Amino acid sequence: MKFKNIGYPYFLWLGIFILIPLLLVAYFAFTTGDSQNFQTFSFSIENFKRFFTPIYLNVLYKSVNLALISTVICLLIGYPLAYIISKEKPRIRNIMILLVVIPMWMNFLLRTYAWLTLLGKNGILSKALSYIGFNNVQLLYNDTTVLLGMVYNFLPFMILPIFSVLIKMDNRLLEAARDLGANKRMVFTRVVLPLSIPGVITGITMVFIPAVSTFVISSLLGGNKSTLIGNLIEQQFRYTNDWHFGSAMSIILMVFILISIALSSKFDKDKEGKGGGLW
Amino acid sequence: MVNKNLKRFYAILVFIFLYAPIIVLIIYSFNDSKLRGSWNGFTLKWYYELFKNKEALRALYYTLIIALSSSIISTVLGTFAAIGIHGMRGLNKKVILNLNYLPVLNPDIVTAVALMALFRLAHINFGLFSLLLAHITFSVPYVILSILPKLKQMNVYLAEAAMDLGATPFYSLRKIIIPQILPGIITGALLAFTLSIDDFVISFFTTGHGISNLSIYIYSMARKGINPIINALSTLMFIFMIVLLLIINYRSEKTEKLIEERR
Repeated sequence: MKFKNIGYPYFLWLGIFILIPLLLVAYFAFTTGDSQNFQTFSFSIENFKRFFTPIYLNVLYKSVNLALISTVICLLIGYPLAYIISKEKPRIRNIMILLVVIPMWMNFLLRTYAWLTLLGKNGILSKALSYIGFNNVQLLYNDTTVLLGMVYNFLPFMILPIFSVLIKMDNRLLEAARDLGANKRMVFTRVVLPLSIPGVITGITMVFIPAVSTFVISSLLGGNKSTLIGNLIEQQFRYTNDWHFGSAMSIILMVFILISIALSSKFDKDKEGKGGGLW
Repeated sequence: MVNKNLKRFYAILVFIFLYAPIIVLIIYSFNDSKLRGSWNGFTLKWYYELFKNKEALRALYYTLIIALSSSIISTVLGTFAAIGIHGMRGLNKKVILNLNYLPVLNPDIVTAVALMALFRLAHINFGLFSLLLAHITFSVPYVILSILPKLKQMNVYLAEAAMDLGATPFYSLRKIIIPQILPGIITGALLAFTLSIDDFVISFFTTGHGISNLSIYIYSMARKGINPIINALSTLMFIFMIVLLLIINYRSEKTEKLIEERR
């Protein structure tokens, strides 16, 4: 092909706006000094040392923990639904999958905000609770609310990739399994489930990554009590102005996520990710 | 069958979970009371107030300006890049594709602070321009990813045949390649547009004083507590998104039908 060269403007863009910024973050992470004055920088691993102390490690642990729990919940709720939808007649199936997609397209701040209306002091749920005798229950601003927000926001991202793998599954394989004497449960555990793993893995990464790095859900639904690693990074860049420490945490978060992606793609034998993609 | 009803029931439960908050939000945008617990009758006053609210209108204006310009630029950039990548082989292609994947895989917050560091170092003023650069940066990868499959399906020899018959490369690009990958380009453009409208995290870190898009506006209001104006705004955005989604759905059904007919 003779069109190789027309990609160059974007390749330049990639270099300037994707590669260099990440290198800058790495540079910030391994230096200390006045964030706003580049002359004062000197090499150090102080930022990482600071992170690997109990206070910050606890925050990392909490973020990973909440993200893992919400991923598991999304999988447990999402897989059966994806399976049910894939077995429906085309007409109903299309409507149901549209219903899964609509929340994905809605601004996710609005989706998070919507829970404030439900759970807030004068919200519907606390009103309902006060009718049955529980007065002044604080539903907002704890880790469970943050978990709820994560599951609510990211559930569609679990359902859709699993659905798109299930729907493309060759029905003849299921028929063959039945012909060879497999009962319903065996068909599912021995054929359907293993074949749907690529979709499950895409789903897991699509839930886990935004969940572990969120700062919006925790700051809106978790209040000041719930600090996740995303909140720490936000604070360093927006308020404390310690870009070095913030960069170090960004690098740690990034490495953590790249490792988990590499691990999950190991389970995914089908490297090209047939139908794993979202679009 | 009992089993079937059980499955439907489960599906309905999950859908209630997904939609109840949104529906409550929409209902309360018509509620004539600032306290959410009680229903004081139907009103449109929050919508009036929304359209009188200068800050909200300015946020809407910036959102649209950024979404339109960033989606147009990233579609052009992404289309050329996809064609270029498609023609590449070997290690170079791998490197470019992986670099292109980085903003997709990386958490938003990392992309955001990385861009923030770049803009600070390059002395780019934080404002509309930096916002535009950031939005283009996170949109182009998605445009490329939605065009590449179409390029794979394309008949490679058509463009070459056109050039053998005397077409200039640019002419064959315009007349042969672009028309064949057009569905991918349009999907990519719509994706870039919605991603831009939806984005909060990257905008939050790369914008400057006084420039906020709708997401940032909603965030700053929501941090102060509930405000019925946001309910009204949410309702309008929700309706807008549904209309956009139905258009895309209709489009993809139509192209599927076209493909079926051609077979």
